[in-house]
Amino acid sequence: MRFQPFQLFLVLLSGVVLLFIIGPLVGMFVSTSPADVFESSKDPEVQRSIGLTLWVSMAATLVFALGGIPLAYLLARKEFPLKRLVMGIIDLPIVIPHSAAGIAVLGFVSRDSYLGQLGSFIGLDFVGAPAGIALAMAFVSIPFLVNSARDGFLAVPARLEQAALNLGASPMRVFFTISLPLAWRNVVSGLILMFARGMSEFGAVVIVAYHPMITPVLIWERFGAFGLSYARPVAVIFIAVSLVFFILLRMLSRPRKDA
Amino acid sequence: MLDVQNIHKAYAGFQLDGVSFQAENGDYYVILGPSGAGKTLLLEILAGLISPDDGQILIDGRDITDDRIQSRPMGLVFQDLAVFPHMSVRDNIAYPLKIKRIGKKETDQRVMEQADLLEIGHLLSRRPQSLSGGELQRVALARTLVRNPRFLLLDEPLASLDISLKQGLRSLLRKINRSGQTIIHVTHDYEEALVLATKVAVMHDGRIVQMGPADEVFHHPGSEFAARFTGIRNYFPARLYREQERQYAELENGMLLRLITDETEGQGFVLLRGEDVFISLDNLPTSATNQFKGTIIDVSPYPYGFEVLVDIGFPVYARITRESLQSLSLRAGREIWVSFKAANVRFVRV
Repeated sequence: MRFQPFQLFLVLLSGVVLLFIIGPLVGMFVSTSPADVFESSKDPEVQRSIGLTLWVSMAATLVFALGGIPLAYLLARKEFPLKRLVMGIIDLPIVIPHSAAGIAVLGFVSRDSYLGQLGSFIGLDFVGAPAGIALAMAFVSIPFLVNSARDGFLAVPARLEQAALNLGASPMRVFFTISLPLAWRNVVSGLILMFARGMSEFGAVVIVAYHPMITPVLIWERFGAFGLSYARPVAVIFIAVSLVFFILLRMLSRPRKDA
Repeated sequence: MLDVQNIHKAYAGFQLDGVSFQAENGDYYVILGPSGAGKTLLLEILAGLISPDDGQILIDGRDITDDRIQSRPMGLVFQDLAVFPHMSVRDNIAYPLKIKRIGKKETDQRVMEQADLLEIGHLLSRRPQSLSGGELQRVALARTLVRNPRFLLLDEPLASLDISLKQGLRSLLRKINRSGQTIIHVTHDYEEALVLATKVAVMHDGRIVQMGPADEVFHHPGSEFAARFTGIRNYFPARLYREQERQYAELENGMLLRLITDETEGQGFVLLRGEDVFISLDNLPTSATNQFKGTIIDVSPYPYGFEVLVDIGFPVYARITRESLQSLSLRAGREIWVSFKAANVRFVRV
């Protein structure tokens, strides 16, 4: 194939964009000494924050999956009035500024609010507590789960569900034995996306809970208090942790060969 | 008994306009109609996937029109089969039994029974993706039969199969019906109706234009549409055999017809188009290998000419033009010769 000048031009532009993403990340890894990274990884504050970030995001994802997956199924299978509006509402957290999202969540769970009062009644604090962090994370990341799971359910032929009903299965059994297993790949990649998006959230979380400190907030604090060279090792460690989940996601969402 | 009363439905470009029919226990009921007649829609209404706008479905007098899909005694085999792609053949067939919480031992036994009946025992651990169309068809059938549905609903079950597979599945369906299974089968292919049906309903534009015992519908089409759609006027049960590289169909009265066919020896039906039957006043030397002397029983008009019914030991319809009728001065009672080519005699194995 002869190489057209226009294609060369396209490749050049594409390369600039790729470089723009890779450059800063590689630069950060290169300009951070392994000794500093090792030192930081032993810092109890860093360890605590990474642990906190991971488990709170995981918990937020699992709790909201209980409602998010059924919602995705409804959106894929049922026609109802204002469905487009509902789908718009689900995408809303993606477009609003995350600091604004944090303010909204804070108002929702503050000690003066109904939810806040209900929470403190049963001994659950939101503001400045893991539960509040989880809500802030879930608020900004739930669209990723719902949209991915909905695409998964849409790809399951309705015919298969009808066949299962005809064979005597209840709608609940159809959901658990046909729809969910066939949409599983999309549901799992939605869960991982939500989890990954939740643990990297800064703006919404920092407003609801500065302490206990999740890693993105810790990076911000170290940068503000001590400067770039102190923030960098923590950032490197956290990016490495995130990459593990990112690679896992890419592997899971690879198109299946036998499908 | 299944009693379908006055079903009306407009759905996705299809329409049912007051469909009623009754199927007795043990019937092989074929609903015959061109595509777009609303046959699939009717089956989906019977199975409860779609609710009718009006009308009732009764089973033994009990109204099931509003019953839930999963509690109806209807086993529907979809035209696209809908075999679950994420389960092995065994798990597909066992699916309805697991729902009923039937023990593992009985489940295994019933799955094996069905698999043996449908000759797919060797496929049980395979995945659907690795099966051929004919094999998938049998898996879908086994999965539906294993729960013993009162009514087996089949949507064009033979449409996607090639000829040799069709023959196998046809005899299987007959066998299933003979064992007592009531079957409602929709198709656009009158040959299927001919060889399988005990009762036939002809559907056109969302209405049933004629119904009754298969013989009656085929021999006495009640409308031009039914006549054209049921196609062939001459058909007889026969046995196909081969002797010295020649093929013969032996009719029930012992008469022999010469024919040329790819079908294998055995029982089936002989089909002969009225247009392919020649009438002459004498025994002329022609290339037609089937020649019989006979007596005209009746002459009647049909939309494109005349239909002459001749008794040649069995009744044969010949379709001829007005000119031929007049030039040969054919009328009831007259003795004539009837001939047709071996290549124009079709045979369908059952």
